[in-house]
Amino acid sequence: MKFAVKKALSSSGARVGVLEVGSCPAPIETPALLLATRKGLPHFISPELLPSLPSPDSNLLQVSPLHFLEGLSTTTISKIGGLHQMLGLKQHGIAAVPRDSIQCLPESKAATRLGASFETPCGRLLIKPKDYIEMISCMKPNIWASLADEVPAWVSEKRNKTSVDRTLRWLDDCISLYPAAGSIFGAIVGGTSLEERKRCAEEVAKRNVSGYWIGGFGLGEGIDERPALLREVMDILPDEKPRLTCGLGLPEEILQGIAAGIDLFDSTYIYSLTLGGFALTFSLDKSGEQHNLQSDQIGSDSTKINLRATAYRKDMSPILENCTCYTCQNHTKAYINHLLNVHEMLAQTLLEIHNTHHYLRFFHVIRGAIQDGSFEEFRQAFLESRREHFKGEAIST
Amino acid sequence: MRNSIVIAFPLRLRPNISNTLLHHKFRPTCFHSHEGHTISCVPYPAPQTKPMALHFEILGRFNRARAAQLTLPHFVCQTPLFMPVGTQGTIKGLANNELERIGCQIILGNTYHLALRPTSELLEEAGGLHNFMNWPRAMLTDSGGFQMVSLLHLADITEEGVTFQSPVDGKPMLLTPEESIQIQNRIGADIIMALDDVVKTTITGPRIEEAMYRTLRWIDRCITAHKRPHDQNLFGIVQGGLDPELRDICVKGLVDRNLPGYAIGGLAGGEDKDSFWRVVAQCTAALPEDKPRYVMGVGYPLDIVVCSALGADMYDCVYPTRTARFGTALIPEGVLKLKHRAMADDTRPIDPTCPCMVCKNYTRAYIHCLVTKDAMGSQLLSYHNLYYMMRLSRNLHTSIVEGRFPKFVCDFLQTMFPKGDVPEWVCNAMEVAGIDISSCCATFPSCQEKYSSDEIGTNRFDKVKIEI
Repeated sequence: MKFAVKKALSSSGARVGVLEVGSCPAPIETPALLLATRKGLPHFISPELLPSLPSPDSNLLQVSPLHFLEGLSTTTISKIGGLHQMLGLKQHGIAAVPRDSIQCLPESKAATRLGASFETPCGRLLIKPKDYIEMISCMKPNIWASLADEVPAWVSEKRNKTSVDRTLRWLDDCISLYPAAGSIFGAIVGGTSLEERKRCAEEVAKRNVSGYWIGGFGLGEGIDERPALLREVMDILPDEKPRLTCGLGLPEEILQGIAAGIDLFDSTYIYSLTLGGFALTFSLDKSGEQHNLQSDQIGSDSTKINLRATAYRKDMSPILENCTCYTCQNHTKAYINHLLNVHEMLAQTLLEIHNTHHYLRFFHVIRGAIQDGSFEEFRQAFLESRREHFKGEAIST
Repeated sequence: MRNSIVIAFPLRLRPNISNTLLHHKFRPTCFHSHEGHTISCVPYPAPQTKPMALHFEILGRFNRARAAQLTLPHFVCQTPLFMPVGTQGTIKGLANNELERIGCQIILGNTYHLALRPTSELLEEAGGLHNFMNWPRAMLTDSGGFQMVSLLHLADITEEGVTFQSPVDGKPMLLTPEESIQIQNRIGADIIMALDDVVKTTITGPRIEEAMYRTLRWIDRCITAHKRPHDQNLFGIVQGGLDPELRDICVKGLVDRNLPGYAIGGLAGGEDKDSFWRVVAQCTAALPEDKPRYVMGVGYPLDIVVCSALGADMYDCVYPTRTARFGTALIPEGVLKLKHRAMADDTRPIDPTCPCMVCKNYTRAYIHCLVTKDAMGSQLLSYHNLYYMMRLSRNLHTSIVEGRFPKFVCDFLQTMFPKGDVPEWVCNAMEVAGIDISSCCATFPSCQEKYSSDEIGTNRFDKVKIEI
């Protein structure tokens, strides 16, 4: 894996970089989105349809090794030759992170000094560094995060401090066990304590890692608490190594993370939208302005539409007129509305394609704004026009 | 506030050349049927001027088996062919480009389900189901009768039609032949099915005869009600249970009406295989050579091979996609149950001989960890199973065209029955089809009577010709 910063803004931490990973067909520009997966493949998008997404933007996936504990042994994965081989995704970059924010959530109460605990579909699991490293060596991802003890925002100071101690110790275990596979990203936790965040970042920065995985977010902290915590961490980390985070999914959170200096994001936003029958429609205008701020009573707004609504029953137009995704090029809102009504899985497939495509374009526009030096203006315009819109919504309904 | 309804027809479909070829001769007055607008057409025209929206050309034969080119308004198809069932306007989880990649030529839509949601009126407004789901190839809709009878407890059949309780609001409703055809006219499929009085083959008695005659009376009502004979082919359905006489009367009655194609109905409902193949054999022998024959509800790969040998051309069944959702894959040897614990460390593909995307990229072990737990598992298995059925269809077609059909049948049976235990009904059917499968059959008590053999227990016989 190779990473280089191409342009960094002085006004904020935002930067554009280039990531070369595995056998991706082309270098990937950052800030970039990692696609969420279940057992290595997208939830609904078939491998046949994956290539219809923008490339190489869509070639980064986040995979949780814990998904495979249900029904697939590490020996078998090894025999097959690792994740890329097993998933038929030889041209993709895979980042292995235990936490997937949908089904494998850290359970801080059950973690011990021996291992981290996760709530999974197989029940509560205790993952020890040794087991984790075994999974990583068999799976051979391009990037993997070290094992972390993530805690929610409301734990005691003592528990928070323990989580940092454990995470650092496990990082050292991971390094010494050396799975000889992929680039290790050191995990940085510390909850909502500025000191602990700083301490953790300092310690991790001393280790020989290829990048950093900033954990502990999206676990109960307020969105306004984050900038200070992120800054504390980013100020310490060396600029030239990539930063990956988990738990910042909404557009506002993505912008917040990018402003702080994060390069890689996973997001459960797309999955939640898809399950809810929503399609993203927010403007991808370079200025950040969200136009057409009209709302109606059907649960849609100018940022997303609710395709379950009967208003779309006869709407023979695509979700977004200028969208080049497979869904908008081939299908209408009326068809997706019908599929949702009759509980057909194709609805989720089409929505996941569109939503992923749209979000990837969002990242593309953001990168353009950073290159132009107009990122801060973009961010302000985006946030303000969205805020205005939501405020207007709240008052009228 | 939105008052108007936006109806834009994204023009992604183009009529293919065969469409224009068919139309130049008949000059239809209108493409869509609208309320109050009637197409001028002779109610019961003489055979020569009867409009047809298909062209059926036989390209190769082996005895009764035929390989043909079936030209429909939306697509040119090769038969024998299998039609996947897309009940509600989609084939479970698969997108159109995947279906095209797999090689699907015609897909089936269920009129009953579509009439409920999104309703045939909406489909008509959308320009037909093709436009609504953006499927560029061919489509077939059934009459809605079968679903009604099988899905609704309180359905009842009278001379008028099928009376039932609406599943939406419980109101009493009636599906008449006229109504069924009207709905299908709005949906716009290339082939539409007549409403028939379908009775399970496991039932005996006068009900079967009643159903057969009623089917004949209803076909005339269907023909009269059919407003789009230039775009849509109305197939009649042969009923008559397992009674050869009744079947014969029905075939003759339908053939008299000179329809574009014929279906053999009332099978695939639990009858024993021996009765099943005999009905198919009888019907294919009596139906006209130059029209397609569609065996409804079939089915298992073995059944398709046998029916093709006997002279059938088209098939449909939910089996491949339904069994995929239960974790079962179709393979040349039979089926593979991916849920089984043994699959958890089997690193082979589902079928090493299969060139589909699933078999080229995934192992049994990986699919095992997905099936029944993740949507992706069903998707991948449905993909493979449908690919298998399309591959079977293509192999049937090309082996007949290339003059190697008997070898194909033998290889097929040998792979499926490596011990030579080909079921008796298959042996009997192949006899009638005139296909020598002695090389794949082990010693069989009843076969022994018909064949002379050198030694007991060998696989080799000298075939004695049987007169049927």
